Amino acid sequence: MSDAKSQGASIVFQSVEKAFHKPDGGYVSAVSDASLTVDSGAITGIIGRSGAGKSTMLRMVNGLERPTSGQVLVGGQDVGAAQGAKLRDIRRDVGMIFQHFNLLASRTVAGNIALPLEIAGVPAAKIKTRVADLIDRVGLNTQSNNYPAELSGGQKQRVGIARALATEPKVLLSDEATSALDPETTQTVLTLLKDINRDLGLTILLITHEMAVVRDIASHVAVIEGGKIVESGKTYDVFTAPQHKTTRSFLSGVTGVTLPAFIKGRMLKSRPSGAAKEVMRVTFAGTHATDPMLALLTRDLGIEVNILAGAVEEIGIKPFGNLLVSLDADKASDARTYLEKHGLLTEVLGYVS
Amino acid sequence: MSANLISLLMEATWQTLYMVAISAVLGTIFGLPLGVFLATSQRGELLSRPVINKVLGLVVNAARSVPFIILVVAIIPFTRMIAGTSIGTTAAIVPLTIAAVPFIARLIENAIREVDSGLIEAARAMGATPLQIIRKVLIPEALPSITLGLTLAVVSLIGYSAMVGAVGGEGLGDLGIRYGYQRFMPDVMAIVVVILVVLVQLVQSVGEWIAAKVDKRAPKGRGQ
Repeated sequence: MSDAKSQGASIVFQSVEKAFHKPDGGYVSAVSDASLTVDSGAITGIIGRSGAGKSTMLRMVNGLERPTSGQVLVGGQDVGAAQGAKLRDIRRDVGMIFQHFNLLASRTVAGNIALPLEIAGVPAAKIKTRVADLIDRVGLNTQSNNYPAELSGGQKQRVGIARALATEPKVLLSDEATSALDPETTQTVLTLLKDINRDLGLTILLITHEMAVVRDIASHVAVIEGGKIVESGKTYDVFTAPQHKTTRSFLSGVTGVTLPAFIKGRMLKSRPSGAAKEVMRVTFAGTHATDPMLALLTRDLGIEVNILAGAVEEIGIKPFGNLLVSLDADKASDARTYLEKHGLLTEVLGYVS
Repeated sequence: MSANLISLLMEATWQTLYMVAISAVLGTIFGLPLGVFLATSQRGELLSRPVINKVLGLVVNAARSVPFIILVVAIIPFTRMIAGTSIGTTAAIVPLTIAAVPFIARLIENAIREVDSGLIEAARAMGATPLQIIRKVLIPEALPSITLGLTLAVVSLIGYSAMVGAVGGEGLGDLGIRYGYQRFMPDVMAIVVVILVVLVQLVQSVGEWIAAKVDKRAPKGRGQ
């Protein structure tokens, strides 16, 4: 076995519903009417708060949970309907990594990576060369005989990734894989995942509560809230033109563009009487991301703009900018029209008097 | 002390070791699978057999609530059936084993339950069968606490073995009672107690040493 290009498989959720029994005999719905197509070979992120149902979504892909109704198809195979040996075969095509790594404390790095191969009945000699390849790929050559207790969090997750790749799966599931890691380690693990996706062409489906993770590696994103998928699409499109309020609130966290406290404290939902300023979010996407639009606004319409917060970010290789500004409420609607005419997005956040 | 007494003590020590060793091995052979089954057969678990789990749990509890000395006497017909006789050191292994199995089963059950459920999930996600999960994940991961549990079981068996004198099981306990108590030889009693104390210490130390050896969870020692 080598790291030959293994084709990814697509994942399709078809009106999936998952309800759990409660001890008192009732039901609690974790996922309801969720439909989502995860393209083969893409990195897709499902983002949601804890309890939103994202973990359940992920666990239905390898049959750790079965949908109550609807179908989950991996490479065209119905996971929910598979049993016994059939299900185990599907699972060998779907690797999984975990927030808390779930490594065996009793096995070394090499032993942990060998586990799925032993389970699949691969001959010992083959296991040895395959494990050596994988250890090399995740850069743990000097730690192969160490036990997990002797590794850092980032190293443990590398073992987790190597283990998940051992059986040459078509899909890799990531269950909050970086949530227990510090920001720097998170970046190295995300880079590793990106490299694996590029080199092996396998599909990666990850769940996270951090928009930054989605921004950094996912080409597609689905936002889940209360068990429903409220928004999905290409990451760039969702980031630059979020439709749902949940998406917006996730984004305000990640872009680092939040209102300063002194404004937030006295902001009003509706316009007060008398002189007031309107606070709005302006999003620059695509070709306009680097244009000096606010300067042009002042020049063309004579409207003065206060910048409250802002940043320019990259998603993939495409930049997009995000500004929070305040301006005279009387002229705000003209300004919005002008900016939107030039391809920018605006959103009214509130007013200050 | 007479040479005769010394040889009696040596023989009794050997008999105790023999009874305890054989019953501990047999107890583990039967108790390990039983304990693993008890730990994995509740509703929704790996082997999910809730009814059998309940029944076995009741049987184990019942066996554990019978005082050992009563168990020894109560199962005399069974002992005769298995060992061919109901008297002697070999016969005593039967009640010792019967007492050890449910005890060891519960210890193993507890050890297995301590294994992080995330590991079971990871193994299931790899496509492991329940048997593979037990063999490759649960038992190896529980090994440090299984070792400590078995140590506890052996220590208990040393205590139990003192009671099988009631059915001619001989061994150290029996010697202590017959010579130390019934023949008023307190020095024999004292020596017997000392030997038992040393045996228990030895077993405990060896058990802890092995447990530390197989424990890879904290390589530089606990609490440091």
